[in-house]
Amino acid sequence: MTASPTQMVNLPRPKGRPVDLESAVIRFSGDSGDGMQLTGSQFTNTAALAGNDLVTFPDFPAEIRAPAGTLFGVSGFQLNFAAKSIYTPGDAPDVLVAMNPAALKVNLSDLKTGGILIINQDAFTPANLDKAGFTSNPLEDDSLNAYRLFAIDIGTQTERALAETGLSFKEVGRAKNFWTLGLLYYLYDRPLEYTLRFIEQKFKSKETIAEGNRLALKAGYLYGDVSEIFQETYEINSAQLEPGLYRNITGNQATAWGAIAAGQQAGLPLFYGSYPITPASDVLHELSRHKHFGVKTVQAEDEIAAVAATIGAAWTGQLAMTGSSGPGIALKGEAIGLAVAAELPLVVLNVQRAGPSTGMPTKTEQADLLQAMFGRNGESPVAIVAPQSPADCFEMMIEAFRLALGYMVPVIVLSDGYLANGSEPWKIPDVAALPKVKATFQTTPSDDFHPFQRDEDTLARVWPKIGSPGLEHRIGGLERSYETGHISYDPDNHQRMTEVRAKKIEGMARTIPDLKVYGSEQGGDILLLGWGSTFGAMRQATQIGREQGLDVSHAHLRYLNPFPRNLSELLHRFKRVIVPEMNTGQLLMLLRSRYLIPAEGLNKIEGKPFRVSEILSAIHGEKNKSRGQPW
Amino acid sequence: MVAVTKKDFQTDQEVRWCPGCGDYAILASVQRVMPTLGIPKEKIIFISGIGCSSRFPYYMNTYGFHTIHGRAPAIATGVKVSNPELSVWVITGDGDALSIGGNHLIHALRRNINIKILMFNNRIYGLTKGQYSPTSEPGKKTKSTPMGSIDQPFTPLSVALGANASFVARSVDREAKHLEMVLKRAAEHKGTAFVEIFQNCNVFNDGAFLHFTTKGTKADTQLHIQHGKPLLFGADKQRGIRLGGLHSLTPEVVTLGENGVTERDILVYDETDTSGTLPFLLSKLEPPVAPIPLGVFRAIERPTYDEGVNAQVADAQNKSPDASIEKLLKGGDTWVVS
Repeated sequence: MTASPTQMVNLPRPKGRPVDLESAVIRFSGDSGDGMQLTGSQFTNTAALAGNDLVTFPDFPAEIRAPAGTLFGVSGFQLNFAAKSIYTPGDAPDVLVAMNPAALKVNLSDLKTGGILIINQDAFTPANLDKAGFTSNPLEDDSLNAYRLFAIDIGTQTERALAETGLSFKEVGRAKNFWTLGLLYYLYDRPLEYTLRFIEQKFKSKETIAEGNRLALKAGYLYGDVSEIFQETYEINSAQLEPGLYRNITGNQATAWGAIAAGQQAGLPLFYGSYPITPASDVLHELSRHKHFGVKTVQAEDEIAAVAATIGAAWTGQLAMTGSSGPGIALKGEAIGLAVAAELPLVVLNVQRAGPSTGMPTKTEQADLLQAMFGRNGESPVAIVAPQSPADCFEMMIEAFRLALGYMVPVIVLSDGYLANGSEPWKIPDVAALPKVKATFQTTPSDDFHPFQRDEDTLARVWPKIGSPGLEHRIGGLERSYETGHISYDPDNHQRMTEVRAKKIEGMARTIPDLKVYGSEQGGDILLLGWGSTFGAMRQATQIGREQGLDVSHAHLRYLNPFPRNLSELLHRFKRVIVPEMNTGQLLMLLRSRYLIPAEGLNKIEGKPFRVSEILSAIHGEKNKSRGQPW
Repeated sequence: MVAVTKKDFQTDQEVRWCPGCGDYAILASVQRVMPTLGIPKEKIIFISGIGCSSRFPYYMNTYGFHTIHGRAPAIATGVKVSNPELSVWVITGDGDALSIGGNHLIHALRRNINIKILMFNNRIYGLTKGQYSPTSEPGKKTKSTPMGSIDQPFTPLSVALGANASFVARSVDREAKHLEMVLKRAAEHKGTAFVEIFQNCNVFNDGAFLHFTTKGTKADTQLHIQHGKPLLFGADKQRGIRLGGLHSLTPEVVTLGENGVTERDILVYDETDTSGTLPFLLSKLEPPVAPIPLGVFRAIERPTYDEGVNAQVADAQNKSPDASIEKLLKGGDTWVVS
C-alpha cells in the first residue's frame, strides 16, 4: 500500500514490518444482536477497496433476536481475502473473533490449530458460560492452549472509550463491534476511512451514536497499537485481478441487477411478483428500490398469487419474473405448469435453502434440482439455469430471460442461500457488450392467426401483444390443438403437443455454450462435475489437486435443462466422474439415467457449503464419508 | 375497430354448458352490455379460473385467459398492473372464488385493483359433478355429504364487504334487465367491482333460487335496492325494511299502514355509505325471513392499486430521468485494478 489512509485520521501504522500473507480467513462470531454481519461486511468492503480478491460467507440464525447468549443465537460472518485469486470463504479461519461463550463453543472446532482467537472476556460470565454449556471457564483452564488466545475486556474498553459521549449503557454496549473491527483493522493494517464514511452516512440523524461508533473504532485500533499484544501484524497485498473497474456484489444483488439489465436489453418493463421468504426477500427489496427503471414490484398475498400475477404480466407483454425459495416454489408449481401449457415467458427464481418443509431457512442447500425438473403435474418441461458464484447471478439472469423470451417458456434459476448472501469482487461488465435479449411481439393480424402459431426453428409460439386490434384470442391450461390453438382432447394432438413442449427445451441446447473443462481438456483420470454454488470449492480443490500431481479436472454446469450438447462426450473422456452436491445426488441421478455412466456422488447435506478439503479427500480416493450417500 | 353489437362479442366456439344452464343467460347479458360500454373490443379482457363458469372466456370474442383454479383475481392483478388501459373482467364461481381462491378474492378487494369480478353463485360444484360448495345451505345432501352438509356457508356479499370492497352488487341470471344494469354500473366503477350473480345449475342444484325468482311471487321476495330511495318492495310497494328500533340493528320487514308504520320509518338507501354497515345488514337477508336484496349495495371511491403502482413508477422515473445500467453498476464503492 503506497498511500497511508490510516494516517489521514492521524492514527499510527502498525509497528514493525507487517508479515506478508497471501491470504487470510477471519470469522466474526457473536450473538445475533452483536452486529457481526455488519462488522464482517465492513471488513469485506474495506478489503475489496484495497484490491484484495475475496469471498464471504455470512451464516446467521433464522431468529431475528434469539435469546442472548444461546448457542442457536450465534451469528457468524466468514471472510477470505487474498493477494491471489480465491474461490471460497476458506475452510478454516486463521482468526476467530468470539464475542461470547456461545460463539466460542459453536465456532472453535473450525479454527486452525495455532490460529488467533480474539475473545471478549467481559461476556464470559458464569451465566453466559452456563448458557453455552461450558462446565468450566475455557479462559481459565487449558482448553484453548492450541490457539493464540487474546482475551480482551472489549466491553470495558469500549465503555472507557465512550465514557464522555453521554450514550446510555445499552448504546455503548452496541458499539463493541466497531471496537473489535478497529482492532482487526490494526492487525491487518487496514485503513479506517471506508467504515468512518459508512458511520457518517448510516447515523446521519444520530450524531452522538455516530460519534460513539467512531470513537469505538479508533479505540479498538489504538488498543492494538498501545497494548502491543500482537507480536506481528499482517499485510495482504492487492490481488492480480484482471484489469478493470471492480465492485463488491452479493448474489441477491447481482440477481436483481441482472433482471433490471435484461429489462433494459429487451426494452421491456420488468415485473416482479413475490412474497417475502428467506433467503430470497433481498431480491424483492433491491428491485423495489429501482422503480426508475420502470420496474413494477408486487408483494402479493401469497406465493401462488405472486406467480399468478407474474403470469398475467407475461401474457400482457412484460418481462415477467417471480422469486422465492423452495417452499414457495412448491406452492407455485401448478401455476408454473400453466405457463408451460400456455407457453408464456416466465423467469422463476429459486434461492434454495435447506429443506424439507421449512427446514433451515438461513442455511444453504441445492436440493431443489429435481423439484425444478419434475415438480409439476404432467409432462411439464422447463429450462433450468444455475449461477455458480454471486457475481455470476447477473449474467445468468440475463441468460434466463433470453431463453424465456426466445422460446416462450418458463425458465427456473437455481440460486441458493450461499450465493444469495455471499459476496465477491466483480469486474463491472461493459454494458455495451451485454448479451441481447429480444422480445418479438405480434401486433397486427396475420393470415389464419392463432396464438399457438410457431417459429419453425425454435418452435416458440407467437407473443401477441394484448390490446392489439384483430388479435383477440383465448388461451388457457386446457390442451390445445397444434393446428388451430383451440381446445383439443384429440389423442394424437396431445402426443404431438407434449413432444413440442419438450423439443422447445431441447432445442435451446443449440444456443448455449459447450461445457468447458478446467484441467485436462482431452480427458484424464478424474472429472469433478458440479453445478451452482459448489463452484468455488471445486475449482480450488482441483487447483490444489493438480499442484499435488493428480490428474483431476473440473467442469461446472450452468445449464441444467437442457444440458450442453457436448456433455455426454465430455463425460466419457474421463475414467471417473465425481459429482459433489449439497443434496443426496440429484444431478448424479440425472446424469446416470441419461448417460448411463457410473458417476460417483460426493454429498453433503449440512446446510453448509463444501470445504475444499472435503473435495480434496474425494479426489484422493478416500471413501465418501458423507452421511447422505445415496445410490 | 369499435364493436357495436352483441354479435361482435360472440365466438365461433360451440358453447358447452348443459342445456338450460343459467350461464347462457349471463353470457347473453354480458355480450349485450359490452358494446354499450364504449370500450374498444381489443381492450377488453376476460380472465377465469376453473369450473363451469370459468369456460366463459372461450365464448367471448375478446382477449381471454382460462387459468387455474381460484387464481383468476391474482392473474388479473398482474394484467391490470401491467396495462391499466385494459378493461379486465374476472369470471368465477362460488367454489373458485370463495373456496380455493378465497385468499386472492379478499386481497383483490382490499387493494381495490380496478378489475370487475363476476361471481356466478349456483351454491354447488357443477364441473366436478355435484358436491356442496362454500355457499351451499347447511344440511345439503350431495354426493360428498350423503348425511347432509355440516358446513356453515359464506354470504359472498358479506365477505366482500368485510374485505372493504369498493363496489358490491348482486343480480340474478334470469333477470336480464336488472343484470345488465348492474353490469354497466360495475363497468363504470373505478376500483374492484364484486358482482354476485345467482345462477341456476339445473343439473345439480335445480331451483336453488326459486324461492325468490318465481314469477308470481318475486315482487314479494325481491327487494330492489336503489340509491337514495326507501327500501320498499311488494307489488304495490307497500312493504319495506326498517331497523328494529333505536337500540337494535336488526332489519325487520314492515308493512306500510300497519302498526302505525309510515314511509318515514323505512330505511332510505345510501350506496356511498363508507361504514359498510347497512349493506352488510342487508347482505344477510333472504326469504323466507325477508326478501332477497338485489342491486348495487355499495359504490364508494378509494384509490386503486393499479394507479398506485404505476404512479410510483412514474414518480421514480421523473426523479431519475437519466437512469442507466451503466450508472447502476458503477454506483457506490468501486475500485480500479490496473
